[in-house]
Amino acid sequence: MFDFLDQYDLWDAFWVTIKLTIYSGIGSLIWGTVLAAMRVSPVPVMRAFGTTYINTVRNTPLTVIMVATSLGLFQTMQIELGGGDSSETGFRLAVLALIAYHACFVCESLRSGINTVPVGQAEAARALGLSFFQVLTLIVLPQAFRSVVAPLANVLIALTKNTTVAAAIGVTEAAALMSTMVENESDVILLVFAVFAFGFICLTLPVGLLLGWVSKRVAVKR
Amino acid sequence: MSDLSVLYDAPGPRARARNWLYTVLFFALLALVLWWVLSAMADKDQLTADKWRPFVDDSRVWTTYLLPGLLETLKAAALSIGIALPLGAVLGIGRLSEHRWVRIPAGVVVEFFRSIPVLLMMVFANQIYAQSTDIEPEIRPLYAVVTGLVLYNASVIAEIVRSGILSLPLGQSDAAKAIGMRKWQVMCFVLLPQAVTAMLPALVSQLVVIVKDTALGGAMLGFGELLNQHREITANYGANTIATFTVIAVIFILLNLLLTTFASWLEGYIRRGKKTTGAVVHTGATDDMGFDEPLGKH
Repeated sequence: MFDFLDQYDLWDAFWVTIKLTIYSGIGSLIWGTVLAAMRVSPVPVMRAFGTTYINTVRNTPLTVIMVATSLGLFQTMQIELGGGDSSETGFRLAVLALIAYHACFVCESLRSGINTVPVGQAEAARALGLSFFQVLTLIVLPQAFRSVVAPLANVLIALTKNTTVAAAIGVTEAAALMSTMVENESDVILLVFAVFAFGFICLTLPVGLLLGWVSKRVAVKR
Repeated sequence: MSDLSVLYDAPGPRARARNWLYTVLFFALLALVLWWVLSAMADKDQLTADKWRPFVDDSRVWTTYLLPGLLETLKAAALSIGIALPLGAVLGIGRLSEHRWVRIPAGVVVEFFRSIPVLLMMVFANQIYAQSTDIEPEIRPLYAVVTGLVLYNASVIAEIVRSGILSLPLGQSDAAKAIGMRKWQVMCFVLLPQAVTAMLPALVSQLVVIVKDTALGGAMLGFGELLNQHREITANYGANTIATFTVIAVIFILLNLLLTTFASWLEGYIRRGKKTTGAVVHTGATDDMGFDEPLGKH
């Protein structure tokens, strides 16, 4: 029943999906944290930049960003992100687009996490004579991190699903392979869909369950 | 800056001087990046007026490509929300049913379609329509895009509906039962009207997600929506890729900003009006980050 799978490298395709998820997950965590730091900073220009970036990128379809990195950055501006062959460049461009897009959501999660910490906590800490960095590292961030596990898990799951958009610029990940397979294996198309749906459920469901459990365990009871 | 911040005390003279320094440094950094981007674009002749002029003084770019594309985008989005809304409401209410044989299938359907990418459903629907129906090839992408978006968004809307109903106080259904209402009456006359008010902002925000996702159909299935117009524009107006993408992105951004602004205005309006006893289901879902848990109590 599943022998049609032998001709295709299913594992390779999903491995690309996983790699896209991991690289852009790490990248958007870093860039999102920088953006969040800007958005809560006392410097008005940085806040304005952060807000503008978020409102712009969040309202642009990921597909537009993705195709623009390929056609705009790569083909027009000839930015190759370190060279290599075209599939490597495509992969890096896809990671870049995913980072640019998902950093917005990471930033908003982190910012809402900081906002859940009551002002009284910081006031009490300052009254005790703690310095800015002590307030930040001992009082605010530990509480903030614990409340952002669930939203960040949602971002990670959405990121996993959104890696499929990379198929639009020819990265050979799961959705691209499925696109070929539904055309070639038209007699078992339902089975093809089931296999890929199962693959994505395997990627997203455990992450959701695990991080949901973690977020309940570490949640700050107020 | 808000008066009370968790992170920063009111700045004194030294902190104010430091903030000025940061402002200047950040401006310098921004200027540097901007200069680098512009000079890189100038190197590749992307700033020449020829590439940008068509969008200003040639109305055919708009009437032939951009506006029809935008219309297709809006058509797909409107069809999707129109079909997904009732379907999602049924699924959401189904998940709250007292009967296990309704609750569990509804839950499985919702969780299944929520955890697989929309693109997979679009590609699959496109192929199914090509094989087993006689929908004409020109209109098939629209059908495929709408199918994918309906399946995904119905399950997201189901979660919004569920959290909207769950956010209502238990006393509402208790009181309705106490005056002798039947189960469907409790749902139709007491819970749903209040829940709909509570979740309207979240539904408008979901429209933003739908609008953004239509672009997937343009890139993968050849659906003639706004993004897809870049092919013809760059082919006819001298390879002005960057200019075209800028204009397309700006149209998307304006459209979505309009929707987001409307959603947050609606949220404030409902909150002020006290038209519901439940919490307003928040509009933080202006993205496809999804509803992990119903936001109300459960």
